[in-house]
Amino acid sequence: MTTLVTDNCQRCRFTDCVTVCPVACFHGDAEMLYIDPNVCIDCGACVPECPVHAIYEEKDLPDDKRHWIAINAERAPNLPVVEEKQEPLPTAEARKKELGY
Amino acid sequence: MLGSAERPLRVAVVGSGPSGFYATEALLKSGRTVQIDMYERLPVPYGLVRSGVAPDHPKLKQAILVYDKIARSPAFRLIGNVTIGRDLTVEELRGAYHAVMFTCGAEADRRLGIPGEDLPGSHTATEFVGWYNGHPDYRDLSFDLSQEVAVIIGQGNVAADVCRILAKTVDELKHTDIAEHALEALSRSRIREIHVIGRRGPAQAKFTNKELRELGELADAAAVIDPADLVLNPESEAELADKNNDVSAKNVEIFRGFAVPSGSTKRRRVHFHFFKSPVELRGRERLASIVLEKNRLEGPPFNQSARGTGEKMELQCGLLFRSIGYKGRPIPGLVFDERKGILPNDNGRLRDGNGVIPGLYCAGWIKRGPTGIIGTNRADSVATVNSLLADLEQLDDTGDKQGADALYPLLEKRGVKYIGFQDWLKIDAAEINRGRPKGKPREKFTRIAEMLEALQS
Repeated sequence: MTTLVTDNCQRCRFTDCVTVCPVACFHGDAEMLYIDPNVCIDCGACVPECPVHAIYEEKDLPDDKRHWIAINAERAPNLPVVEEKQEPLPTAEARKKELGY
Repeated sequence: MLGSAERPLRVAVVGSGPSGFYATEALLKSGRTVQIDMYERLPVPYGLVRSGVAPDHPKLKQAILVYDKIARSPAFRLIGNVTIGRDLTVEELRGAYHAVMFTCGAEADRRLGIPGEDLPGSHTATEFVGWYNGHPDYRDLSFDLSQEVAVIIGQGNVAADVCRILAKTVDELKHTDIAEHALEALSRSRIREIHVIGRRGPAQAKFTNKELRELGELADAAAVIDPADLVLNPESEAELADKNNDVSAKNVEIFRGFAVPSGSTKRRRVHFHFFKSPVELRGRERLASIVLEKNRLEGPPFNQSARGTGEKMELQCGLLFRSIGYKGRPIPGLVFDERKGILPNDNGRLRDGNGVIPGLYCAGWIKRGPTGIIGTNRADSVATVNSLLADLEQLDDTGDKQGADALYPLLEKRGVKYIGFQDWLKIDAAEINRGRPKGKPREKFTRIAEMLEALQS
């Protein structure tokens, strides 16, 4: 069981989630964030922080997003940790609207 | 200037739970030269991660790995078994440090304020949680588990923890770090029915999805709900339709699952009740029943409050736990907001009637009240540290601020047996050793004397 970031983060990268992570398990590339499942303690603090609902606990993950489990596990450990809030991507607000939030 | 290699910023942090460690982390990462001394009243650190997080949630306790790493910084010292306000005064701390930050949490319970509240058999959730987690303050309490019916007032995650520990079998608990005395008492428990009572409806329950779901997945306890309680008013329907409220929507979905008759043969049952407030606890020598008043909701969506309808019902029960929120405890020498149960503050800067008090700060539950989970405190502590760093030029740098070096002699004179982080590591190793033969991650020491004895060997 883990918690993971999915495609809604792409073109957003709001990073509100990282400020409440108790174990600094978020990593990021230029596009989005990922959770390292070996570090995450499954507290769920980040889930309600995401303005575009990109973060799911594994149990709540819709079937069409299951591939994100492997993507988070593969990419996170090879990317730098993001533990402080950063500026969202320039496309974030437009993308948020597009997603209906 | 202060915070440079020549003049390190000396900060005392009071309390060794999550907010204290996240404040320490933020100070260590600030780019300034800092020296942090963390004071803890017990000889063991980590606050509610050690003594609040339920024993059957071991993954959450892994937050300790992060704190352990912070504590190994050469700029950090733990000074345990020292109570501020008793062994050292706030004034003495102020004399030895440029800044003092209180991160001591909210340890007292809110009261229901109803007749019979103090009858034997009526307890706070804090007492029960502290007891099963081996906190020395609650070590010698006893709970009458020969009763068959228990009531829990409140529908948040602490209520869920209390409920799970009452409802789980010994087999579900015996390989956790639950205190030995609690496991022994729970093995003789005769509890059959557990009633979890909320004053508002299923759409307003404060459980997180994960904690609620767990209550439906217990080995020998079935969750049950009267379907009539799941009929929602239009305001609550509107709340659930809000895309930003999917936690509540999912909670209601989970509750609906509990309302389907399952024909379960499980030995225990967990009943969820909504729209009911306790108005009286009854009993002659001890608790025998609770009187509940039925509520209806009033007000617009997301601001609905429970109003009594006058209709009452009585429920027989022999054991009761109230879990309706925490309050901080006043600290001698500091102004305290009794109503909110916090230290009055502006963005973490303590204030009194005359405004902000220079050099005094707070973070975590004693700053904002008992809301959020472990990680919530990280953002909160970072905010307070930002306030402190912005004040750097105004901090009192007169005299020679020596930190704990100036206070150790005082503690020795007063006969206080303070411990350091290396001492904790010995206690930690001893606890892990004690747990091993039982297949437990650790067997905690539950008395301060035992903790200190472990340092002698």
